[in-house]
Amino acid sequence: MPYIPHTPNEQRRMLDVVGIPDMDALFAEIPKTLRPKSFDLPEGLGEHEVMRHLETLADKNNTRLVGFLGAGFYDHAIPAAVDFLTSRGEFATAYTPYQPEASQGSLQAIFEYQTAVCRLLDMEYANASVYDGGTALYEAMMMAVRHTKRRKIVVDECVNPIYRRMLDCYTSNLHLEMIVVAHREGGSDLKALSAAVDTDTAAIIVQNPNFFGVLEDFTGLFTHARSQGALNIISVYPLMQAVLKTPGAMGADIATAEGQSLGLPLSFGGPYLGMMACAKALIRQMPGRIVGRTTDAQGRTGYVLTLQAREQHIRRQKATSNICSNQALCALRAIVFLCLMGPRGLANTATHCSELAHYAARRLLKLPGAKLLSQRPFANEFALVLPKPAYHVMDRLTRRGFLPGFPLGRYYPGLENVLLIACTEKNTREDIGILKELLGGAL
Amino acid sequence: MKTIFEQSVSGRPGVGLRELKKDLTGLIPQELARDGLPCLPQVGELDVVRHFTRLSRLNFGVDSHFYPLGSCTMKYNPKFMEQAAALPGFSRLHPLVPQFRGAGHFAQGALEVIFETERLLCEITGMAGFTVHPMAGSHGELAGAMIIAAYHKDKGRKRTKVVVPDSAHGTNPASAAIAGFDVISLESKDGIVDPQALEAVLSEDVAAVMMTCPNTLGLFEQHLPRIVELVRSVDALLYYDGANLNAILGKMRVGDAGFDVVHLNLHKTFGTPHGGGGPGSGPVGVCERLVDFLPISRVVKLEDGQFFLDYDYPKSIGYVAPFYGNFGVYLKAYAYILRLGREGLIRVSENAVLAANYLRKRLEEHLEIPYNRICMHEFVASAVRQAAKGVRALDIAKALLDKGYHAPTVYFPLIVKEALMFEPTETESLDTLDQFVDDLIAILEQADQDPAAIQSAPRHTPVSRLDEVKAARNLELTDNCGL
Repeated sequence: MPYIPHTPNEQRRMLDVVGIPDMDALFAEIPKTLRPKSFDLPEGLGEHEVMRHLETLADKNNTRLVGFLGAGFYDHAIPAAVDFLTSRGEFATAYTPYQPEASQGSLQAIFEYQTAVCRLLDMEYANASVYDGGTALYEAMMMAVRHTKRRKIVVDECVNPIYRRMLDCYTSNLHLEMIVVAHREGGSDLKALSAAVDTDTAAIIVQNPNFFGVLEDFTGLFTHARSQGALNIISVYPLMQAVLKTPGAMGADIATAEGQSLGLPLSFGGPYLGMMACAKALIRQMPGRIVGRTTDAQGRTGYVLTLQAREQHIRRQKATSNICSNQALCALRAIVFLCLMGPRGLANTATHCSELAHYAARRLLKLPGAKLLSQRPFANEFALVLPKPAYHVMDRLTRRGFLPGFPLGRYYPGLENVLLIACTEKNTREDIGILKELLGGAL
Repeated sequence: MKTIFEQSVSGRPGVGLRELKKDLTGLIPQELARDGLPCLPQVGELDVVRHFTRLSRLNFGVDSHFYPLGSCTMKYNPKFMEQAAALPGFSRLHPLVPQFRGAGHFAQGALEVIFETERLLCEITGMAGFTVHPMAGSHGELAGAMIIAAYHKDKGRKRTKVVVPDSAHGTNPASAAIAGFDVISLESKDGIVDPQALEAVLSEDVAAVMMTCPNTLGLFEQHLPRIVELVRSVDALLYYDGANLNAILGKMRVGDAGFDVVHLNLHKTFGTPHGGGGPGSGPVGVCERLVDFLPISRVVKLEDGQFFLDYDYPKSIGYVAPFYGNFGVYLKAYAYILRLGREGLIRVSENAVLAANYLRKRLEEHLEIPYNRICMHEFVASAVRQAAKGVRALDIAKALLDKGYHAPTVYFPLIVKEALMFEPTETESLDTLDQFVDDLIAILEQADQDPAAIQSAPRHTPVSRLDEVKAARNLELTDNCGL
């Protein structure tokens, strides 16, 4: 039997020590009426047979499409050392570090990850990660609800609609009032957002760059929201934070991010990495694992999980959240990636992607009838208005091996003609030229 | 060990992309740009490789150490599963690809993985429908609790309470509370749920009862048929915490036994790596009458064998994940199930339960075992005898670290004093189990003769006992870099 080392002789010896005649006696307490009605599974296969089957399935997926598809999830290059280091068994097969003396490697790596997250987002404290960027945003919102004891949430429509749908799902039984403030041509309506915040508001939720790739400065809005006693929550694209005004500089109370772009493969949607950072005063509202530095009995530096009194295994139904795990191995990928890139490598990549996107915009604007949805500054991604429905273009281009972008009509009624186009360092100027040709042909 | 930030030298280049010809000027206006660079480590690639290789060596993992950690099922993680998840056809696939009209055929293989994984999990558990969307076990609990809430709401009734036995994992009450329910804690009797006590708290206000079976004491819930009857009588739902599924593969299907909702921890029973705390994957299964409430999207197989994403479930609770859950994790579990097959999965439970009972028998003269009868895949011992001499469960746990074992779970479940919870799993050889017992007995003997030696353990780990009070009181959560 694969992975079970016991020989029949050894099993016999073990049964004798237990004092029972056979394996069935181990399950005698399960009444006959509770026995399975069926267990109709296939026969086991050899390792190579399973792999052949999975290779066949993998080949049915087309990942060779030249992609300008982002929408919050990006195909960035991953240095080989990331895979190499994070696949070490001592990291991959370890458990949650409840016994810190046996887990200093994981704990120190998380401590370094927390430090990097705080420095990148310019915030004071970070947790050891949650499932994904959407969960991070939801948890941030719940932090604000607990902290302010208010129930109204103001959300910018420019926040990733995938995350907004998750917020809707999680709050369906919680009697929170969600107010969504409509976008204005792909930009945040700062006046309307400001007007929506009052002394009943627990939090205002915004995103930078927003879902349309547009850059915003929320400093003024955050000052106003704070004067009303609301918390400021911002979701960001972490790789771009090396060059953009930070959540801290804008006055955010909680910053969240999807960390996928920091060395994690797209992997059809997961596992990803939910990053969370906050101001000092909010740390006891923060969900999930947090690693702290301390000393051992001999005065040597060491690391432990800390503030555990917030957590479900201690507080049960009174815990800050029900989250029990973090994404330790994904967080490890992110810290290794950030170390390899360094501050300049990260800034270079962010700049390079933005430069390509601006180049693409300039080229594509030459197409007849094409224009930008927003006239405001953008980073690595932009929304292009076409004279025809975007899905029509998608159909034509995917057949030619091109993924031209994300058709915004899927989430934004009225924007059926708009295509969201993202660039990473994996795209080339030549690809952009071909995209222009093909788009031109499809219009 | 120095942090990677402490090894940083200003101006040292990383392995980032080629140097830029241009800067940001003209792309991003000054007022939207960052003031200076973030303080990230400036280290060479070899520095990074050495640093994290050294860190890895400070860790116990299943690949390096025996991990008898109760309720966590720390079994061997087969290596070919890593290769499977790394296949570029999966790892490079953008999750939005199949969401566009006409682009579904670009992701047929991945959709088939989802469809087949859900189908296999249905057969293993006897449930009518499954979703792989929840991203961890406790996330599955939350999704399950939300499905329960949606079911009662759909029936037009207000159910505000969820009953959770005191032996349950802390995530159970937390998940129920986060989903908006009030939690009623139920006291166990003789280590299992007492039907009379359950009957006393059941009412038309109760939405669900959350059970773990075998429970966290490693005991089978013998009154299960009666419990099912009681829960049915008030039309509440019965939830199954799948943390302990490793004990019952092929021996009991929770659907057949009367459970309405179940979550599984794929990193436990199905051998995907724990990753030092994550990522996990916590699929949720439901009985027929709850299928309509599962999260969207769902993968449907058409008559021509093609797969597509279906969103047309008006009663669905909605989106618990951005896409389809932790694909890279349940892909490994799918590979594991195909590798082991029917017989293999049955043998998993038989050998896991045998190993736990073997360990229990070999330890029964040395440790107090409060419920000393045939256990399932784990059992709880108590260090009360040792504690009387000043050596507590935690001390024994730390002494085990010195001998090169990860410690068992300690002080859980809360209902056993000085609890030490052992779960050997089916993948540890008899030699390993015997050596472990010998080493543990040596520790217990030393605890008798020289308690101080055990109280000061561990001494051979990279650090000795850490000051957790100081860590919480004097919060130091980041390195000094940039401050």
